[in-house]
Amino acid sequence: MSSVAQPAPDPAILERRAEIVRGLAAIVGERWTIADEDELRAYETDALTAYRQVPLAVALPATTDEVSRILAFLNRAGVKVVGRGAGTSLAGGALPLADSVVVGLSRMNRVLALDTANRTIRVEAGITNLAVSQAVDHLGFFYAPDPSSQLACTIGGNVGMNSGGAHCLKYGVTTNNLLGLTVVLMDGTVIELGGEHLDSPGYDILGLMTGSEGQLGLVTEATLRILPKAEGARPVLFGFNSSEDAGACVAATLARGILPVAIEFMDRPAIRICEEFAHAGYPLDVEAMLIVEVEGSPEEISDQLERIVAVARETGAVHVREARTAAEAAAIWKGRKSAFGAMGRISDYMCMDGTIPTGRLPEVLTRIAAICAGYGLGVANIFHAGDGNLHPLVLYDVNDPEQLAKAEACGADILRLCVEVGGCLTGEHGVGIEKRDLMRAQFDQVDLDQQMALKSVFDPAWLLNPAKVFPLDGRPAPARAA
Amino acid sequence: MPDFRPDDEASVAETVRAARIDGPLEITGGATKRGLGRPTQTAATLSLDRLSGITLYEPAELVISAKAGTPLAELESTLAAGGQRLAFDPPRLTALWEGDPARASIGAVVAANLAGPRRIHAGAARDSLIGVRLVNGRGEIVKNGGRVMKNVTGYDLVKLMAGAFGTLGVLTEVTFKVLPSPETEATLIFSGLSEADAVACLSAGLGSPWEVTGAAHLPGWAGSPAETLLRLEGFEAQMTYRAGALAAHLVAHGVPDVLRGEASAARWREVGELAPLGDVSALAVWKISTRPASGPSVAAALRRAGVSRLFLDWGGGLIWAACEPAGDAQAGPIRAALAAHGGHATLMKAPDEIRAAAEVFHPLPTPVMELTRKIKDAFDPARVLNPGRMYAGV
Repeated sequence: MSSVAQPAPDPAILERRAEIVRGLAAIVGERWTIADEDELRAYETDALTAYRQVPLAVALPATTDEVSRILAFLNRAGVKVVGRGAGTSLAGGALPLADSVVVGLSRMNRVLALDTANRTIRVEAGITNLAVSQAVDHLGFFYAPDPSSQLACTIGGNVGMNSGGAHCLKYGVTTNNLLGLTVVLMDGTVIELGGEHLDSPGYDILGLMTGSEGQLGLVTEATLRILPKAEGARPVLFGFNSSEDAGACVAATLARGILPVAIEFMDRPAIRICEEFAHAGYPLDVEAMLIVEVEGSPEEISDQLERIVAVARETGAVHVREARTAAEAAAIWKGRKSAFGAMGRISDYMCMDGTIPTGRLPEVLTRIAAICAGYGLGVANIFHAGDGNLHPLVLYDVNDPEQLAKAEACGADILRLCVEVGGCLTGEHGVGIEKRDLMRAQFDQVDLDQQMALKSVFDPAWLLNPAKVFPLDGRPAPARAA
Repeated sequence: MPDFRPDDEASVAETVRAARIDGPLEITGGATKRGLGRPTQTAATLSLDRLSGITLYEPAELVISAKAGTPLAELESTLAAGGQRLAFDPPRLTALWEGDPARASIGAVVAANLAGPRRIHAGAARDSLIGVRLVNGRGEIVKNGGRVMKNVTGYDLVKLMAGAFGTLGVLTEVTFKVLPSPETEATLIFSGLSEADAVACLSAGLGSPWEVTGAAHLPGWAGSPAETLLRLEGFEAQMTYRAGALAAHLVAHGVPDVLRGEASAARWREVGELAPLGDVSALAVWKISTRPASGPSVAAALRRAGVSRLFLDWGGGLIWAACEPAGDAQAGPIRAALAAHGGHATLMKAPDEIRAAAEVFHPLPTPVMELTRKIKDAFDPARVLNPGRMYAGV
């Protein structure tokens, strides 16, 4: 099916399945232990559906203490563990192994404490990203990182992947909005990192844990910064005859001291597909489009938009449309936010997630088009233009094994290109299983060894989310055995 | 004392490899922060002062890279020429340590994870830092992060380097996300508030939609009234509107004076450089981080413990405190006060003998301390990099 190899399951673990399931049930109860083949199938994949594997069993704990007892038990038994929130990973970060137990945190979804005077909220890891913002919305606050999957994805998963979103140009990603964590280590030890204050003492283990893809510990609770909502926000839409002009507009806007909350880029195929789906009023006669959003009072918004429109006209905008009403603003965003769904209606696609220095954008888009044409595949580009996070959607037919292999190879070439021009393999989706074997494009063995030495500090037997992130060869001895 | 001053990364690596046999190294840049942390027991110094220079600056991409020994001042003047700045507002803290503040290096700013009053809005050094190159204790050159601001490729060693005080790796090059400098700024000053009222005022400001980027309270002494400061930054018209809206929102706390432009900027430089503590040359100085609403209670506890001078920044969540440099410089009562409220305290300045005997950095819970030792092992198993600077045995 796919070119990404998985390690062979340990037959000794498979043989002890009944005993392992009994052990889990003794901790969380039979109701919250899943061992039935049909029910396990719900956990065989995450949002990267090209990869599937039914796990050994699933446990659904309700408390940090239960998570601690589960991990201590599985650690003693030498059983691998895959943590899972809502399973929205696009890199196969929550893909199970046949000899692994999935620990799902969906039941742990409560708000534990809310403090507007200190601007913090403490939540359990299984709460959704959107539910956090909804819990503070009526108080005039929001939680800044806003991945497109925010309706479904969980805070625990956000911490694991260091998630961001369209608004992170101004507000940063998860690591910039996180104050404290409760983490269960593989041996069952519970540690508290940070708290309601700024800057944890000692090494920044909180920062290391963020984006470690569930390989260093399972996050069960998090203290997040909440921010006051701006008085208002409004987007403007620009069309350009070339991606060079659009890129120049982004650069010139930032150079004038204007920091929008979001700058989104779409190329011609992406514009067409989104417009057909959302009827957002996007211009169909341009090569590139930008959505720029600013915040503030109505006067401040008008003032900033006036400056941005002037910059855009100077850099060659041929289409300018300011949202004058909330409905117009919503329409502009609806097109962008429904992009992946709209694309899915016309074609299967593989969503890449490379990051590049924004100055290389026109060159990179040209080369991506050439790479895809070389494989005989179509591509549409959607892009967080302020921070260089590209999302080329490589179009292919999932039912054609030859096309899947081509799409994988094409995607890998695109990501190598991102690294070659000074960018990286993944800006927000994570390495997971998808980009594991590409890590050497960005890191040499010494770089990887240093990272893997940390994995061994937290999880000496390499039981937590194994076979992800690092290439299978070149791992330290216990990890190779995994 | 041998003083190694390599002028390239490969020579740094060679020096560290030799140190595994010849003995541990104290790592320095401009040597302005040697008084921060526990004194190291080292016979040799590895200075990065010759590893200097900006290696990349792309204003349109909001990114700058520099070798670790580059003076902070050089980065700041280069960025200023491009209309940009380091958002985390790095202070010199000239009042605390000897040495020429003009020599303060960017590597040391990262190693100490320093941040000024804008911390509450823009984060600390660790939040702007997006890439590092370093030499670990085995003398290997390791890179992590890069020059793009969104990057989740592998583990985030960048964060681990910020605030590790050179105990995990010798930084050789650092890369930051930078931001446009605002056109102007304005500061609202409320007079005569108690600490409790002041923190309530700061919290209300920080919870408002007008983007407060500085929030400090300076208790009055020697007859001067207490002052509560809130800063706004942006375009001129924004400042006029926001200052008016914020003052109206905070009317329960009085009618503020307003400082504009350079007068406002100068005021915040004084706050960042600890001017409100007065002359601390003969005193010990603590930096205490707690939940903002606990600031007044912690401050009261500090006064009961004999701390003579203090002020609050970060909306009440940061207390700078000065006391007599005797005994353990009040480490016991200060940490006892924090035990009830949460937070941590760092002894930023004290004579060597006190810093050698007291815990300079906040004691860690046992399992976290155990991880800390193992993380040190993973980077520097032979303990050649700044040994003991943060914690005994680390």
